[in-house]
Amino acid sequence: MRIIARLDVKNDWVIKGIQMEGLRKVGAPVELATAYYEAGAHELVFMDAVASLYDRNTLFHIIEQACEKVFIPITIGGGLRTLEDVSSALFAGADKVAINTAAVKNLPLITEIANRFGSQCVIGSIEAKQQSDGSWQAYVDNGREPAGLDVLEWVQQLEAAGAGEILLTSVDRDGTCRGFDLELLTAVTAVTTRPLILSGGYGRAEHLQALSDCPELPGAIAVASAFHYNQATPREIVRTAESLGQMETAA
Amino acid sequence: MTTVGIIDYGVGNLRSVANALNHVGAQPIISGDAETLMRCERIIFPGVGAFGHSMETLCERGLHQVVLDAVAVRKPLLAICVGMQMLFERSTEFGEHEGLSILSGGIGKFETADANGARLPNVNWLPILPAANPDGLAAKLLSRVTHRSRFYFDHSYHASSSNPHTTATSHYAGQPFAAAVGKGSVFAAQFHPEKSGPDGLNLLKAFVS
Repeated sequence: MRIIARLDVKNDWVIKGIQMEGLRKVGAPVELATAYYEAGAHELVFMDAVASLYDRNTLFHIIEQACEKVFIPITIGGGLRTLEDVSSALFAGADKVAINTAAVKNLPLITEIANRFGSQCVIGSIEAKQQSDGSWQAYVDNGREPAGLDVLEWVQQLEAAGAGEILLTSVDRDGTCRGFDLELLTAVTAVTTRPLILSGGYGRAEHLQALSDCPELPGAIAVASAFHYNQATPREIVRTAESLGQMETAA
Repeated sequence: MTTVGIIDYGVGNLRSVANALNHVGAQPIISGDAETLMRCERIIFPGVGAFGHSMETLCERGLHQVVLDAVAVRKPLLAICVGMQMLFERSTEFGEHEGLSILSGGIGKFETADANGARLPNVNWLPILPAANPDGLAAKLLSRVTHRSRFYFDHSYHASSSNPHTTATSHYAGQPFAAAVGKGSVFAAQFHPEKSGPDGLNLLKAFVS
């Protein structure tokens, strides 16, 4: 299981919200990225928190700089709309792109990206919010607008269109440090064959333990608040996961 | 400073490879020009995406010749991911495609989740087990690998762990596969050394020293 540090960026600052609202400044992106890399993160995800509002992604210069000192995979997401945007992102140094809103509006874009750059480079990003009937609705524009899509159906469409991985963010748990949405994980795991990156809610070691009670571990967890507020370091989480048998230890 | 030519055939995260080489004290030269590349002391053959498309793009630009020439004059060559796969005779990714046939054997797919196998692609940090007596460039690059080393993999296709050129193995969902292959002055990794943190950088350092 990979341990990913997630950095949401707005106007050159890493920020953090709770349930994707109420943004608070945390630190400088390149500095934090380097710190998380040196602290043992397996991967970084940079999300442009306001990109959809401005219809563009402004993180490319941050990625360029981060790439010089960070030697783990980097994913960028938020406001990537076209093949050209993706091309620019990859040229700036990103290894993968996370696509949410653009896929909802134009699912064939996922296929275009997969055909041109390979499936391994495109992550279908889903923001899931639980509804009163127990189902999950997919949201766009940073958890602001319901997309009118059931998450369990939507994830299958993303897979069929060519997404190599699925980034599954629980809007309900995001920033709360109350633990992952395990029901969501279990439900989505059952309907896709792609590796899952579970995001939203990590706060402490018990939350890792709880993952072992699910039918299947996610491929990765993405952690933001716990890192940004110094509740844990990537290395600590890796060690805990190792002791829980959640890491491959023998070749 | 050791000069390292990075073959630019329009595929792959070349900036990351160059950054990693800078970091270990080498001089990376990204180029799509055969002469420029062959003047370098080392060659890196990167690759990402689909085998067939990558082969097409590589050969269209005549850059397959750089790989062949480097091997012929024993210039140390490091191939990465799909670059590694292209050294073989063929791959079954999206139909049958021919490779460069520098190494014998073919590239095949992991058993998928529907066949009670694994989620694909294999996106994981895994340990690798070097073969008993690696020789050539492989011996140098694998000398720093320990049981604690971890490398970043992201692939659905692989070379067989029983291929005669396999110089390090790994496992995914109970299926063994070639993590690295080697032959003389050629070393090829299925994983991404430029994306594997300190362990990857150590391997690159050995490559340029």
